[in-house]
Amino acid sequence: MINQVYRLIAPKQIREDFIDLKIDTDDIIVRPTYLSICAADQRYYTGSRGRVVMKQKLPMALIHEAVGEVVYDPKGEYQIGTNVVMVPNTPMQNDDVIKANYMRTSQFRASGFDGFMQNVVSMRRDLIIPFSVEPRVAVLLELTSVVMNAVENFEKIAHHRRETIGIWGNGNLGFIVALVLRKKYPQSRIFVFGVEEHKMAYFSFVDDTYLINDIPSDLKVDHAFECVGGRASGTAINQIIDYIKPQGTISLLGVSENNVPINTRMVLEKGLTLLGNSRSDYGDFKKAVELMESYEDVCEYLSTIISEEVIVQSIDDMHKAFDNDLNNDFKTIMKWEI
Amino acid sequence: MIYAEILAGGKGTRMGNTEMPKQFLMLGNKPIFIHTVEQFLMNKRIEKILICCPEQWVSYTKDTLKKYISDTTKVIVVKGGETRNDTILNGCHFIEKNYGIQDDDIILTHDAVRPFLTQRIIDDNIDGTLKYGAVDTVVEAFDTIVHSKDGKIITDIPVRNEMYQGQTPQSFNIKLLMSFFNSLTDDEKNILTDACKALVIKGIDVHLVKGEVSNIKITTQYDLKVANGLVEENK
Repeated sequence: MINQVYRLIAPKQIREDFIDLKIDTDDIIVRPTYLSICAADQRYYTGSRGRVVMKQKLPMALIHEAVGEVVYDPKGEYQIGTNVVMVPNTPMQNDDVIKANYMRTSQFRASGFDGFMQNVVSMRRDLIIPFSVEPRVAVLLELTSVVMNAVENFEKIAHHRRETIGIWGNGNLGFIVALVLRKKYPQSRIFVFGVEEHKMAYFSFVDDTYLINDIPSDLKVDHAFECVGGRASGTAINQIIDYIKPQGTISLLGVSENNVPINTRMVLEKGLTLLGNSRSDYGDFKKAVELMESYEDVCEYLSTIISEEVIVQSIDDMHKAFDNDLNNDFKTIMKWEI
Repeated sequence: MIYAEILAGGKGTRMGNTEMPKQFLMLGNKPIFIHTVEQFLMNKRIEKILICCPEQWVSYTKDTLKKYISDTTKVIVVKGGETRNDTILNGCHFIEKNYGIQDDDIILTHDAVRPFLTQRIIDDNIDGTLKYGAVDTVVEAFDTIVHSKDGKIITDIPVRNEMYQGQTPQSFNIKLLMSFFNSLTDDEKNILTDACKALVIKGIDVHLVKGEVSNIKITTQYDLKVANGLVEENK
């Protein structure tokens, strides 16, 4: 069939391309229903990835957070209309030790190849997972799976004292990290550190929130999650180093375009562990689906960070979604009707 | 039920010396009409897809379908008629005979040689027809339309922003369409070659659905070259 793929060809320019898509392979055809815009997509859309990267990657369809409905399964295993989440990380080889999301050979949607801004998407059978919650909230499964990956790593590495956990960052990632930790460690005291009071007001399920320039001097955390990224990465990480107790684990989740100077002297003196986290694999998605399906309030809380839903029926609507997203506090999702 | 009827009645007379009707020519790696059928197959609301083609090409169409589509249970090849409207009616009669017709059954009629349609166009046709009974897919006219009765001098230049170009699908409530066709005289049938036009002339509202400029009709060798130029291999 002729498949329409909506590719970014230059900053703020999207073009409809036509692909001769084979439908009778082992793969399953999924019609996207909801797509969600990530900061990584915005960096491409606005051109802030820089000329070299842009030239190398474009034209490319954006978006790696999406859910859809199965519309064609040549093997007939999936019922037509089944809601599924699409896993953007695409492993090219198996490894017993290294997770698929860290394999250098893995491909990632909207980074190494076309993302989900397509009329229909051909998905490998091992990269879709059915779910039973509301699709407009399930579109946050990808971000939740990234958090599941980080929390799994934390669980393996961090020492067992988890009386207080600090989360730096009051954005989408910080919100979901806080929510997952709340469910995973109901006894722990969870604090959020941020810069925007009106956004921190959404974190009703944590023990307390603090502005980063107004942290009580006697407050310490056993472990911390950094969900800041960007130019403020360094400030956040170094503040965490100041407030974390010895031998704590700092889980890093924020992406920075530039190298970040870190107070390594204090990392050494306190014996801290800095733990890198990026993306997620199939197993993390499974856990994210289980989380959403097990706790009704998780979906409820997650729906509060959908700042705007844009109905997309044209390329102009796509631009509207990306432009509005820059001013939205939390997530912008696209109801895919093109 | 929601049906799609792919109108593959073209005999290829406008394609130069080609031996085959244009819907069977290759676009990328498949015949044009296969791409069109596949787009309808991807819509979960469409339950049956009828392909109406000239009588002598029925077997060829069935063979080609089997070659390219593994599961053809939703697809039925039906003999077309002399005219476009006859072809549409043949499809409706086939439905009536084999499945019966309910009050809310609708049919999306679509040119086999418009393979670039999108799921949005299909969905809008379904929603519009369920709501209004009849819809036509159109795009705004970009060029000024010049009206000339004798082909020599301008009779009229209509206001452009009231002009649209017709595409397909054209979609109808099947009962409405059949009862309407049955009310036409033979002379009227000969003049009213477009089903939507016929409905409009008889005072029935036909609502507009937004098409896409890319939803082109592959009619000439030029169109085919443009279409092949647009389509990329899947990486």
